[in-house]
Amino acid sequence: MNDQTKIDQDRAERTEKLQGMGCKRKRVEDIRFTQGKGSYVDDLKLPGMLFGDFVRSPHAHARIKSIDTSRAKALPGVIAVLTAADLKPLGLHYMPTLAGDVQAVLAEEKVLFQNQEVAFVIAEDRYIASDATELVDVEYEALPCIVDPFKSMLPDAPILREDIQDKMTGAHGPRKHPNHIFEWMIGDKEATDAVFANADVTIKEMLVDHRTHPSPLETCQSVASFDKVKGELTLWGTFQAPHVIRTVVSLISGLPEHKIHVIAPDIGGGFGNKVGAYAGYVCSVVGSIVLGVPVKWVEDRMENLSTTSFARDYHMTTELAATKEGKIQAMRVHVLADHGAFDACADPSKWPAGFMNICTGSYDIPVAHLAVDGVYTNKASGGVAYRCSFRVTEAVFAIERAVEVLAQKLGMDAAELRIKNFIKAEQFPYQSALGWEYDSGDYHTAMKKAMDTIGYKELREEQAKKREAFKRGETRELMGIGISFFTEIVGAGPAKNCDILGIAMFDSAEIRIHPTGSVIARMGTKSQGQGHETTYAQIIATEIGIPADDIMIEEGNTDTAPYGLGTYGSRSTPVAGAATAVAARKIKAKAQMIAAHMLEVHEGDLEWDVDRFRVKGLPEKFKTMKEIAWAAYNSPPPNMEPGLEAVNYYEPPNMTYPFGAYFCVMDIDVDTGVAKTRRFYALDDCGTRINPMIIEGQVHGGLTEAFACAMGQEIRYDEQGNVMGASFMDFFLPTAVETPNWETDHTVTPSPHHPIGAKGVGESPHVGGVPCFSNAVNDAYAFLGAGHIQMPHDAWRLWKVGEKLGLHASA
Amino acid sequence: MIPGTFDYYRPQTVDDAVGLLSKLGEEASVLAGGHSLIPLMKTRFASPHHLVDLSGIGDLKGISVEGDDIVIGAMTTQFELIASEELERHIPIIAETSRLIADPQIRYKGTFGGNVANGDPGNDMPAVMMCLGASYSVSGPDGNRDIAARDFYQGAYFTALEHGEILTAVRIPIPAPGHGSAYEKLKRKVGDYATAAAAVVITMAGGTCTSASIGLTNVSETPLWASDAAALLVGSSLDKASVDAAVAAAEAITNPASDMRGPAEYRTKMAGIMVRRALERAKSRAKG
Ligand SMILES: Cc1cc2nc3c(=O)[nH]c(=O)nc-3n(C[C@H](O)[C@H](O)[C@H](O)COP(=O)(O)OP(=O)(O)OC[C@H]3O[C@@H](n4cnc5c(N)ncnc54)[C@H](O)[C@@H]3O)c2cc1C
Repeated sequence: MNDQTKIDQDRAERTEKLQGMGCKRKRVEDIRFTQGKGSYVDDLKLPGMLFGDFVRSPHAHARIKSIDTSRAKALPGVIAVLTAADLKPLGLHYMPTLAGDVQAVLAEEKVLFQNQEVAFVIAEDRYIASDATELVDVEYEALPCIVDPFKSMLPDAPILREDIQDKMTGAHGPRKHPNHIFEWMIGDKEATDAVFANADVTIKEMLVDHRTHPSPLETCQSVASFDKVKGELTLWGTFQAPHVIRTVVSLISGLPEHKIHVIAPDIGGGFGNKVGAYAGYVCSVVGSIVLGVPVKWVEDRMENLSTTSFARDYHMTTELAATKEGKIQAMRVHVLADHGAFDACADPSKWPAGFMNICTGSYDIPVAHLAVDGVYTNKASGGVAYRCSFRVTEAVFAIERAVEVLAQKLGMDAAELRIKNFIKAEQFPYQSALGWEYDSGDYHTAMKKAMDTIGYKELREEQAKKREAFKRGETRELMGIGISFFTEIVGAGPAKNCDILGIAMFDSAEIRIHPTGSVIARMGTKSQGQGHETTYAQIIATEIGIPADDIMIEEGNTDTAPYGLGTYGSRSTPVAGAATAVAARKIKAKAQMIAAHMLEVHEGDLEWDVDRFRVKGLPEKFKTMKEIAWAAYNSPPPNMEPGLEAVNYYEPPNMTYPFGAYFCVMDIDVDTGVAKTRRFYALDDCGTRINPMIIEGQVHGGLTEAFACAMGQEIRYDEQGNVMGASFMDFFLPTAVETPNWETDHTVTPSPHHPIGAKGVGESPHVGGVPCFSNAVNDAYAFLGAGHIQMPHDAWRLWKVGEKLGLHASA
Repeated sequence: MIPGTFDYYRPQTVDDAVGLLSKLGEEASVLAGGHSLIPLMKTRFASPHHLVDLSGIGDLKGISVEGDDIVIGAMTTQFELIASEELERHIPIIAETSRLIADPQIRYKGTFGGNVANGDPGNDMPAVMMCLGASYSVSGPDGNRDIAARDFYQGAYFTALEHGEILTAVRIPIPAPGHGSAYEKLKRKVGDYATAAAAVVITMAGGTCTSASIGLTNVSETPLWASDAAALLVGSSLDKASVDAAVAAAEAITNPASDMRGPAEYRTKMAGIMVRRALERAKSRAKG
């Protein structure tokens, strides 16, 4: 073995020991999760703790004539029953939403959706509380309700929000109707209209991204404990954004922020459901403040599905204009957004329709115009980003379905049409027609790799044969090939355009090296299963040369963690991950000074080598990070502060733009409408890959949720506003049996502005997956002249498509 | 998802159980595996004040061959149905059906008796029992009686069982050797009740169908025995015309609810398709 090989081998061994970026480090949190030793909100048991439960409205829209709590209060074990009348003097019967609206905590004069919170019973145990909810007598006068958002703004529509009836200007400008929330527009309307007026080919389709729910396995819950003597409130809860919750609690309760301790322990999935503030949190807090003992609130499954934040419900009239050769010239979109009874979207404050304006997708579309109207209906409120950045799934669904519709009209292959219109690698950074600057991308390379790997040409040939066989009556199966090429926008975001309630959307990391060279680091984000304890440690390990196993990551305690805006919209890696790298680099810079002092050389004479600084040209003269850590506490250079720690609040200069190429092959039994996914291939480009195994896990999970949304998951209402199927019997949560096999792949185009080039990946598979499944279904029926088929594509709906096309006669 | 208050009893004999039920009156419910009853209690569609758990009664378990019949104790679990070699040999449609019920965890707890006594049209075993011509042995305050499966189901959650009666066993005539059977179930996912399902048992001789019986699950208020449809098959070679006629006759007796599984028209058509597919499979399995 020559010297160089030896050196290389030694370096490789030390690198491997670090378990830093790029390695498939096992998830450290799984040690406790797989042993049932996680610690969730519902695991918390405090002395004297009481339990709350809600009385909920059976009506979608009704006036409350009276509420009589006397029978409930008389039940032994019941301590208190709160109604709006109790909260009103405290100014807490309404709470502000993240979208600039207010939302009823407990309904005062009217209920506006089925299962809305009407009273909060507090009792000695969960069972008594539940019993007592049946003893609260509420007299309702039912009112006509609005379920269809297209009927919200009719002249004779019942007025839903009497509390803001006279406010004809909302948080996002003028309102056109008492049931109108906002109109939001972006792009060049005149130029867009002009292109459409003269285009060779145009398409127009109403694309519905239907209402569904993020449905994390752990529902929303909180425990509030108010110490009357100290005047301090501790609030444990399922919070994706604990620091923001603390600020909100301070603003609405009047308690000073430093006397509020918000703690998010282990969280069993969030997917956007746990970003907002809910009546249950407020009622547990009020209950504890009034009674001086801890109050726990735990949502059950039906409450979760039917009350706390839904997702989607976007009705998108989508138009494309193109040349007859297939060059897209313009895009025009109008969205009717059903926000339910209150505008409780969880978007950055200036973005009432989130980042819907990413809807020009991966294509170089010169002009575009987007208009969004938000309306109230008698349904649960929300509109959260379900495993996606704000409205990005909706946007990608619109463009990725629309290009397929266009391809069909042009008689062009859908992959070819995409390739023809892709933004080229040399066009980055790319200014989109609707205002974004895409940081980086190489779409052609990714698409080619995907098509070659899946064998696209052969699949189309097979499909052509199958279609002939179907026409001849030799098979009752239809084969569909779905494509989606998505571009996401994640990592909110730059202060100039992203804030929540006025707080810029930075994020943070604080890293402390202990004297013996182990580390604790805290971030302003909050993992709900993403594996932050594993991946942040990998970033630090690579940056400062301390093994990941010696680094503890802590999030969720607002007393100890630096302020951050939380985890959603794939922002943890792009923002807090960047803060982590920057803070680590600060430490490394100080370590270099200490090492220079120890080695009695000039700083510039040192070079970094995996886990140590060594003297250039004298590799045997070095100091490891562990040695430097000890020196930082034991013998720092003169005039230098002892200790080794750093904090960074990172304000990203831009968003990141992950992208990917997905393909799906599906076989549909026309007689039952049952669709089987034969193959699903997902190529993701999330820039630098911190942990390929975690990426793969995130992709699997996101695709599974995409599969669910496209193929059956929905929150449906009947005409009376009754919520249908709000339990796991009906709400489609696929098990391992239904879930297709996932083939994953990648390209790597690092983000040019991110310290480690990472872009975020947790949501890409969801965003890209939904249109891919829907395109596969649509493609299966396209040759029969089906037209656009709306989601969800569950069996009975596909059977109906076959029925309409007359495919069943020969069964 | 929080049940109301109840008292719990665990008698050791059928007599004790029957006695308790008489004593406790209408507000008492029998508890078997709990996988239908407890979900109802959690959603407060049922709020029994007393639960009489049968799991302590050893006599209610087991599968035995008695002459030309197989007798299955009410507290035999759905998992035990799958594991039984006797059943596999003589009446394979029972294990086939069990495998399509819920998921493994539920089948370890859920009982055969609970499945047939429950009265939910979504349960899979009742249509199979009607198809096979089973009879239910029942013990009550007035002694024992037998009720034919085909007479047992009167409406959703409404059966011929009187209050205070316990189903102790199910007696199933063993179908002729060489018979062919199949249970076809369309569902949205594992653990789902049927959108529609069909049980078929046939015998064939020289290419001609000599007997046929068809049961339908979850396409009416009760499970259905499609006797007219089956009659159309006897004497035929199960040719397309006869099968089409039987399918149409089966569809004609359905009266499904529209629910999240699909509108009524869809579920009716799916009942037909399940019959068609079950017939195909039963035919391929039949000898003769
Ligand atoms: C998620 C889920 C999915 C399911 N999917 C299916 C499915 O696909 N197909 C299907 O068939 N079932 C399904 N089930 C129901 C399951 O098979 C139940 O186990 C079965 O229906 C009832 O049996 P049990 O022993 O659990 O009865 P229990 O729930 O204990 O009792 C059910 C009812 O029958 C009565 N009862 C029980 N035993 C007797 C007796 N010996 N005498 C008199 N009355 C009695 C009880 O009083 C009660 O009213 C599912 C259940 C769950 C939770």
